[in-house]
Amino acid sequence: MNIIIPIKQVPETSNVKMDKEKGTMIRDGVQTVINPLDLYALETGIQLKEKFGGKITVISMGPPSATKALKEAIAMGCDDAVLLSDKKFAGSDTWATSYTISQSIKEMGDYDLIIAGERATDGDTGQVGPGIAAWLDLPLATYVSKIEKVDETELVVERLVEEGYQKLQMPMPALLTVVKEISHPRLPTLRGKKKARVSEIPIFTAEKMNLKPESLGLNGSPTKVVKIDFPTVTRGGTVVKVEGETGVEEAVDKLLDFLKRKELI
Amino acid sequence: MNELWTIAEQKNGKLKSVSFELLSRGRKLADEMNAKLCSVLIGGPMKDETLQELFHRGADMAYVVEDERLEDFIVETHSNVLTDLIETYKPHTILAAATTSGRTMMPYVAIKVNTGLTADCTELAIEEGTNHLLQTRPAIGGNIMATIKTPNHSPQMATVRPKSSRPLPENTSRSGEILRVKLKEELVDARVKVLGIRKDEEEFANIEEADVIVSGGKGMKKEENFGMLRDLASHFNAVIGASRDAVDRGWATYPHQVGLSGKTVSPKLYICAGVSGSIQHLAGIKTAEHIVAINSDPDANIFQVADFGIVGDLFEVIPALNKKLEMEKGGAPDEI
Ligand SMILES: Cc1cc2nc3c(=O)[nH]c(=O)nc-3n(C[C@H](O)[C@H](O)[C@H](O)COP(=O)(O)OP(=O)(O)OC[C@H]3O[C@@H](n4cnc5c(N)ncnc54)[C@H](O)[C@@H]3O)c2cc1C
Ligand SMILES: Nc1ncnc2c1ncn2[C@@H]1O[C@H](COP(=O)(O)O)[C@@H](O)[C@H]1O
Repeated sequence: MNIIIPIKQVPETSNVKMDKEKGTMIRDGVQTVINPLDLYALETGIQLKEKFGGKITVISMGPPSATKALKEAIAMGCDDAVLLSDKKFAGSDTWATSYTISQSIKEMGDYDLIIAGERATDGDTGQVGPGIAAWLDLPLATYVSKIEKVDETELVVERLVEEGYQKLQMPMPALLTVVKEISHPRLPTLRGKKKARVSEIPIFTAEKMNLKPESLGLNGSPTKVVKIDFPTVTRGGTVVKVEGETGVEEAVDKLLDFLKRKELI
Repeated sequence: MNELWTIAEQKNGKLKSVSFELLSRGRKLADEMNAKLCSVLIGGPMKDETLQELFHRGADMAYVVEDERLEDFIVETHSNVLTDLIETYKPHTILAAATTSGRTMMPYVAIKVNTGLTADCTELAIEEGTNHLLQTRPAIGGNIMATIKTPNHSPQMATVRPKSSRPLPENTSRSGEILRVKLKEELVDARVKVLGIRKDEEEFANIEEADVIVSGGKGMKKEENFGMLRDLASHFNAVIGASRDAVDRGWATYPHQVGLSGKTVSPKLYICAGVSGSIQHLAGIKTAEHIVAINSDPDANIFQVADFGIVGDLFEVIPALNKKLEMEKGGAPDEI
C-alpha cells in the first residue's frame, strides 16, 4: 500500500509573531515542530505499512527549513520525503496550499491513500485535507478515529461526528483526515534517525511541478488577511479564595450570585 | 437582488439548531447589504410545516433539495448538490456551521467553485461600499484574531462556530417561499457508503453545541470523582468536558476532550475544576462566553481567563455547590 502524508511544520510555542503589514506569520527565530496533530496521521500510516507493506511518502510545503520536519517523519518510519519549496509559494491560503500539494501528488503518481492531520495548530482551519481531496476528486473521510478494515481496494472507517461514530465504506485511493483518538504516535528510533540523517530530500519548485503561476502564494490566494488583532489574554475576572470552613460556603454563594447576575441559572 | 445563503442541517426530518443560529447572523448581514436571506437544506425528506421555522427564524426563502439518499451526510454528493445550486443561483455569500459536516463540505465546495473560504469565524460584517464579507476568526490557538476577506472571488464563503450566535426569537407571522429543487441523478456519488452510526454512551455528548460545559482535569484525581461533576452538570443541563490529562487517564472519552487536540467550544458557560489552564487547553475555550474555574493553586493559569474563580479544594467546593443548587431547586416552589 502506498501512502502519502502531507505534514506541516508549525511554530512550537504559541508565542507567534505576526507581520502586521502582510498579515502573515514571522517564522524566523521560532522553534518549529511537526504539527502535533499530524503525528497521528504519521502513526496511522506507519501502522498500515507495517501490516500491508508498501511505502510512505511525506510531503511538506514550506521554507527550506521544513526539511527538519520531514526528516523527523523519516526517523519515525516513513520512507521518502518531498519538500515543496519556492518563494512563489509564500503566503498561500488553504486554497493555494491545497492546489500546490495536490499538484505535487499528481506529479508523484501512484498511491492508495492520503492521510492528513485534522488541522494545523497555527492556521487552524482543517481545510487543506478536504481541499486536496477536492482537487484530486478523491473520496474523503474527515475526523477519522478508527480504521476498521482495509483490503486491496476498500476501506471501512469510523469518523467522529456530532451524533457518534459514523461508519463509512470507501474505495481507494481515498483521503482521510484523522483525529487524536486513532493512534498513539511513536517516537523516532535510533535506526530511523540514522536513516533520516543520510536521506536526501528532493525539493519541488513551482517550475518543476508545472503549476499555474496565477494560482500560487499570496497573489494566488483568494482570501486576504486585512487585519490582525491581539485579543487581551486576561479577562480580569473575580477570584475568591476559600479560607477555613465558612470560606467554602461564602465562595459558593458568591459564585451563585455571579451566575444569577449573568442569568446563567 | 443578491442572495445570502445559510446552510441548514437536519436529522430525521428535524432541523438542527445551528440552522437557526446561522439565520440570525445571516439576517443582520442580509439587511446590511439589502440581500435576500435564503436557507439551503440538503437532506432527507422534510415536511413543509417543519420548514416554516426557517422563516420564523429569519429566512426569506428556502432552497430544499430532499431525497432519501441525502439523509446521511456524504461529502461528495452533498458538495455536488451545493456546487450545482451555486452555479445555478449564484449567491453572493454562503455561511455554514463549523460542524463536522460544514467543515468538510465547505472546503471541498470552495475548491470546486473556485473561491476562498474562512474557517470558524466568530464575527462577520459587511464592508461598506464593496459588500465584501469581513470574516473574523481566532487563529494560532486563539492568540490572534484575523480579519479576512475574499475581494476578487465569488461567492464569499465562511464557516461559523456553533453557539457563537443565538437564534432569533420565533416570529410566527413571518413566511417565505420554499423552492424545492429535484436531486439530479448525476450528482449522486455512490463511491462512499454510510454503514451506520455507533454511540458509546446513551447520550452521546455533542460538546461543541452545548450551552454549558462542566469540565474536569487531572485535579479530579480519579474516574469516580467525575460523578460529582455529573451532578453539577445535571443542574445546568450541561455536557461533561475534560482536559487531555483526564482523557489520557481514561476518566472521560476522547469526544469530551477540550483543547488543541480535542474540541474547540463556545458555550455560554464553561465550568472547570482541577484544570490548570495550559495553553493547549485554553486554545479550546477562548471563545467561551463565561468561564468559571475551581482550582487549589492560586497561580494556576486558568485564573487568567476565568470570569469567576474559586481558589480552593474542589472536593469541598463542588459538593457544597451541588448542595446549594439542590436546595435552590427544591426551594423554588416555596418562593412563589
Ligand atoms: C500538542 C499538544 C496538544 C495538547 N492538546 C491538549 C488538549 O486538547 N486539551 C488539553 O486539555 N490539553 C492538551 N495538551 C496537554 C496540556 O499541555 C496539559 O498537559 C493539560 O491540559 C493539563 O491537564 P490538566 O489541567 O488536567 O492537568 P494539570 O496541568 O496537572 O493540572 C491539574 C490542576 O488541578 C489542580 N488541583 C489538584 N488538586 C486539586 C484539588 N483538590 N482541588 C482543586 N484543584 C486541584 C492543580 O492545582 C492543577 O492546576 C496538549 C499538549 C500538547 C503538547
Ligand atoms: N504547508 C503544508 N504542507 C503539508 N501539509 C499541510 C500543509 N498545510 C496543511 N497541511 C495538511 O493539512 C492538514 C490541515 O491543515 P490546515 O488546513 O492548515 O489546518 C494538516 O494537518 C496537514 O496534514
